[in-house]
Amino acid sequence: MASTMWRSMVSQVVLRRPVLSSASFSRGIQTVTVIPGDGIGPEISTAVVKIFEAAKAPIRWEERNVTAIKGPGGRWMVPPDAKESMDRNKIGLKGPLKTPIAAGHPSMNLLLRKTFDLYANVRPCLSIEGYKTPYTDVDLVTIRENTEGEYSGIEHVIVDGVVQSIKLITENASRRIAEYAFEYARNNQRNSVTAVHKANIMRMSDGLFLRKCREVAENYKDIKFKEMYLDTVCLNMVQDPTQFDVLVMPNLYGDILSDLCAGLIGGLGVTPSGNIGANGVAIFESVHGTAPDIAGLDLANPTALLLSAVMMLHHMGLHGHANKIQTACFDTIRDKKVLTKDLGGNSKCSEFTAEICRRIQDLD
Amino acid sequence: LCSPEAQQARADAVFKVTMVPGDGVGPELMTAVKEVFKAGDVPVEFEEFHLSEVQNMASEERLEHLLTSMKNNKVAIIGKIHTPMEYKGELASYDMKLRRKLDLFANVVHVNSLPGYSTRHNNLDLVIIREQTEGEYSSLEHESVAGVIESLKIITREKSRRIAKFAFDYATKKGRSKVTAVHKANIMKLGDGLFLQSCAEVAQLYPKIKYENIIIDNCCMQLVQNPYQFDVLVMPNLYGNIIDNLAAGLVGGAGVVPGESYSAEYAVFETGARHPFAHAVGRNIANPTAMLLSAANMLRHLNLEYHSQMVSDAVKKVIKQGKVRTGDLGGYATSDEFTRAVIANLVV
Repeated sequence: MASTMWRSMVSQVVLRRPVLSSASFSRGIQTVTVIPGDGIGPEISTAVVKIFEAAKAPIRWEERNVTAIKGPGGRWMVPPDAKESMDRNKIGLKGPLKTPIAAGHPSMNLLLRKTFDLYANVRPCLSIEGYKTPYTDVDLVTIRENTEGEYSGIEHVIVDGVVQSIKLITENASRRIAEYAFEYARNNQRNSVTAVHKANIMRMSDGLFLRKCREVAENYKDIKFKEMYLDTVCLNMVQDPTQFDVLVMPNLYGDILSDLCAGLIGGLGVTPSGNIGANGVAIFESVHGTAPDIAGLDLANPTALLLSAVMMLHHMGLHGHANKIQTACFDTIRDKKVLTKDLGGNSKCSEFTAEICRRIQDLD
Repeated sequence: LCSPEAQQARADAVFKVTMVPGDGVGPELMTAVKEVFKAGDVPVEFEEFHLSEVQNMASEERLEHLLTSMKNNKVAIIGKIHTPMEYKGELASYDMKLRRKLDLFANVVHVNSLPGYSTRHNNLDLVIIREQTEGEYSSLEHESVAGVIESLKIITREKSRRIAKFAFDYATKKGRSKVTAVHKANIMKLGDGLFLQSCAEVAQLYPKIKYENIIIDNCCMQLVQNPYQFDVLVMPNLYGNIIDNLAAGLVGGAGVVPGESYSAEYAVFETGARHPFAHAVGRNIANPTAMLLSAANMLRHLNLEYHSQMVSDAVKKVIKQGKVRTGDLGGYATSDEFTRAVIANLVV
């Protein structure tokens, strides 16, 4: 296994209540590939770039657009300049991309996932003080296996009216995601990892996933390991989400639970997301839509992309900058004076951005 | 819904009902049901069967006895038959075998907030209808090569249309205005696509009922943010398992939400979120509310409207008074105390 190699790459993807410290304001300037995306993507990307400037984050942006192109042999692929940029920089930040309906090519998100083998989707869910939802004090992380499971894409019609979809669970992918989850927990001072499964029903496939989690847990005695049925997790999650810490699970369950947890803290507009791939590649992204109805009107909320960029900074070891930006963002939301419409205010995206920048400068 | 018209004629008689206490706290909950029925003079007689995989009390023979009883009675009340997690070569659990043998294709969970017990989301009233004979629960799995496991999810037009029709019939009968199909057809284009297409086709036969669809992950997110937008939800097996539990959690947990499963012939009453709650066994802490409400629904199904009302009124009254509550609802009462309180509130 190449586990030792990637393990060194798996560093801090944190989004916890920040402790402002002067730790590790890094040495040189690092280059990050930025994919602004469609719809509101360019506006919110601009907002992030401005806030990073205000925070003097040592990041140089390399902008790339991604529109699927047809390569030799008719295969759809990521444009070579974008791929080359990602291969070089390893780290990317991505806005929302519109999913073409019946455009003849697969979604760009899927292409990126395949191209860079983005096997883990990480979503920290942290209640934001001041943005009221029925739930408070949520502080958990969902880690989703992103390459196989129910989304293997293998389906066929056996006879008319009978469809067979194959859920694929492999030993290697299960072990890889379990190792990532424990490594993440350890690096981010988390106490426990819960494997979410349905091994009572899918005895072989989920059974294999669970077995691998148990095996990996043996190597991480400092992290508490728990296992729980998917339905029990859902039942408990909506009653008391504070009992959960890091959750690791196969693809479909992760898809469902990560969105459910996003709902607990206020939706996709405030939820960051990171995708971890092989060979040290990581792409951080906002997972909300392109909101074409408000695109270009300076009304969009850049919080999700900004918090994803904060995750990125932690991943790169730039914790000081990350904490500063997150504090400024959360303070702005808590004060409720300058908020975008979806957060319950009347301000424009640029005003919200300026307020965060102002607070960052005040923090200095 | 299968109607008990045939039984109307013998309304004065005693109704026989098959009972499977199941595992975990199931037997305790059944005791509560029996005590309340006895105190309320409910004309129901139970035929009890013990089927348990975890206690080594499951065999094809026992299952056959149970099925024979079901064939006569048509109606059952059951606790959760727990599935041991360790895979020993048998892919289908007895819980699933029972459902399949009886062809209990439709699971109905009516999620209703209990007046007097406040949660984060109050005044909820939605119905979850789940297909439970195919989909992810097909027990078709194999190891293609070492370390690679394939698990088959089967979706058929026939069963998709059947559950869709059930959902629209239910909505019509209960005077509900909207049915929402829950799916993941953007990823599972063929499988969930077929389910979605079947729902859309059936919807056309019910022009008075509004039809919508929603992707499962979004549905879960909406349920915790704004559950009021939903009325009747219909979905394949696994999503139903998820949403049943999620929605039960919204109104107070597994202990308070009743459920039922139907085939063309049989009706089985159970809790909405099916958990054995094994660590509560013998501790007298389980909440009998869900099972008692389910038993009340069963009485309504048997056309024992008066008794049904009596039992559910008493349960709701105890909850509303708020003095006797089990631990899951923040109280200190034991299961027995709760049951006695219900009995004390029966207006015979």
